[in-house]
Amino acid sequence: MSGGRAFHAIGCALHGPFRSWLSTIPLLFLLLVGSAVAEQRFPPPDFEGGHQIPVTSAPAAREIWLQYLDVTVLAASLGVATWLVFRKRSRKGLMGLSAFSLLYFGFWRKGCVCAIGSVQNIALGLFDHTYAVPIGVTAFFVLPLLFSLFAGRTFCAAVCPHGALQDWVLLKPIKLPSWLEHGLSVMPYIYLGAGVLFAATGSVFIVCQYDPFVPIFRMSGRSLMVLSGAALLLLGMFVGRPYCRFLCPYGALLKLGATVAKWRIRVTPDFCTQCRLCEASCPFGAMREPEAGKAGAQTLIKDRRRLALVLLLTPVLMAGGAWLGGRFSVPASRLHPTVSLAEQFIKERATPSRMGTLTPDELALERARQTPREILTEAAAIRHRFQVGGWIFGAWVGLVFGVKLLSLSIRRQRTDYEPDRGDCFACARCFEFCPNELVRRGLPASTPLPKLQSCRVTTSVPGT
Amino acid sequence: MNKSPQNQPPVSRRQFLRDGARAAALAGVGGLIGAGVEHSATARTVWQIDPQKCLRCGNCATHCVLEQSAVKCVHAYAMCGYCQLCTGFFEPAPNDLNTGAENCQCPTAAIKRTYVEDPYYEYTIDEKLCIGCAKCVEGCNRFGNGSLFLQVRHDRCVNCNECAISKVCAGDAFRRVPVEQPYLLKTRSH
Repeated sequence: MSGGRAFHAIGCALHGPFRSWLSTIPLLFLLLVGSAVAEQRFPPPDFEGGHQIPVTSAPAAREIWLQYLDVTVLAASLGVATWLVFRKRSRKGLMGLSAFSLLYFGFWRKGCVCAIGSVQNIALGLFDHTYAVPIGVTAFFVLPLLFSLFAGRTFCAAVCPHGALQDWVLLKPIKLPSWLEHGLSVMPYIYLGAGVLFAATGSVFIVCQYDPFVPIFRMSGRSLMVLSGAALLLLGMFVGRPYCRFLCPYGALLKLGATVAKWRIRVTPDFCTQCRLCEASCPFGAMREPEAGKAGAQTLIKDRRRLALVLLLTPVLMAGGAWLGGRFSVPASRLHPTVSLAEQFIKERATPSRMGTLTPDELALERARQTPREILTEAAAIRHRFQVGGWIFGAWVGLVFGVKLLSLSIRRQRTDYEPDRGDCFACARCFEFCPNELVRRGLPASTPLPKLQSCRVTTSVPGT
Repeated sequence: MNKSPQNQPPVSRRQFLRDGARAAALAGVGGLIGAGVEHSATARTVWQIDPQKCLRCGNCATHCVLEQSAVKCVHAYAMCGYCQLCTGFFEPAPNDLNTGAENCQCPTAAIKRTYVEDPYYEYTIDEKLCIGCAKCVEGCNRFGNGSLFLQVRHDRCVNCNECAISKVCAGDAFRRVPVEQPYLLKTRSH
């Protein structure tokens, strides 16, 4: 015990030299040596007065049953949303449910765990066997997808907090010109590919890092993300659900699922009078107009030629994409912290270690200087993964463009106004506007009919 | 509009393709669930800092998605020397060994210094004030016992899918740890 006291006397006596030490001794030296000898410079004292040493507190993580509660709420909400769309056919009910989802998954659970980001966990889990995907995340990935295979995008309708938020701010929808709509609709697939590429290489979860709405749910975040969230919401007042339609990578998956869904969402199971009210009521441009049944022999030949051309073009697009993807894999790999650190290390190999107070980047560089071989080997391995991933990603982008062109060249036969299987968010707006549907449900047409004339005018204005 | 059922085959080609694609997708999702259950039966993880790797760079204070970082300084009291001149508490050249702001490392006065008995003082962290800047951790590690260190506090952490600090961590000290043991606390035996 007396030895301990003596040590502390030294500790106090050190007071004077301590000042000069700090200014003279290179801090880096202490950083390197310090970590090995840092502990127990001063032996813990034996208190004469019987002072009890406190225990370091360790507040527990979120209870595990709350995670299962999240999954249960998700499954129940999906069930209710599907029931509301297919049986109740109630827009009001969906609005209520979306308000609940916004509060629960959005503001209460702070947008995490979320189905959109879960794509990346699954990708990382598939490619990195040391990473185990939590059961809850798997459930969030699988459940909406399963529902979409049977009932379409009922997840988007009222369960996803991102969709709910955008649905609630939609004030005065304008119709986008179809070239813009089609052009932008490939974006989610590209974003999906990029998200999977960066997650599978273990670099960064870009979909989470650049999520525009989670900062709003959390009421804090990086200023860039808060601004982009605000900008998207502002845009969302006039363009229906811009994130869902033109960015959401999980929506892209659900769209694929909904395209082959067992049951499809119809404006009315009754007959269609082609009044076009539903077309004007859809703020997401998902309503498809009837197409003339039989095409003439001349147009058929033209169509077939075009289809054959696009079919031949798709592999070319994929090959070109793979080449480009390979070219871009080197800059893309710099998003991985280890690769960027290794590059920095190689660049500053010749320069001597810095002294004094170091910035975080300089500290990381010093770490690299201590174990250069490990960092360089790891970076090389990651870069190789990016090379392969870049080819696949590029081919994927080519495929996306090819399939988009294919879908534009296929002649469809439609006799009635129908929501597009993939594009329909199952928001149930059109149910409220279809006169036949209102009659069928025994409801008076209480909602004012949309001004068809004004909508027609907006469609003809380019660039809106 | 009129439908013309007499021209329709019992199952159209598109319907057949659609059913096939759905069956394939269901099989794929089923396989994914199977693989997931096998792979992650007990897995649930939270983010934590390895104090042995932490370089005290200060990014924890600024890069957490929460307005006030979920990373706080914690104190392994059993390792502490209870020094009168605590290099975690006092700035490198203090004018005097008292709690005046000009003498302290901590920018938010989150460390409380209480007298125990001569010459020992106990240092406790007020987590409401701590911003996780690691200034005290640096001082304690460099000249003291290293009993102060940073940890993700799970009563505050929202357990993001991917921790925003982990991507900028200078020491690559963040990792996912099992939820049953959510802390990597320093102990005396180290």
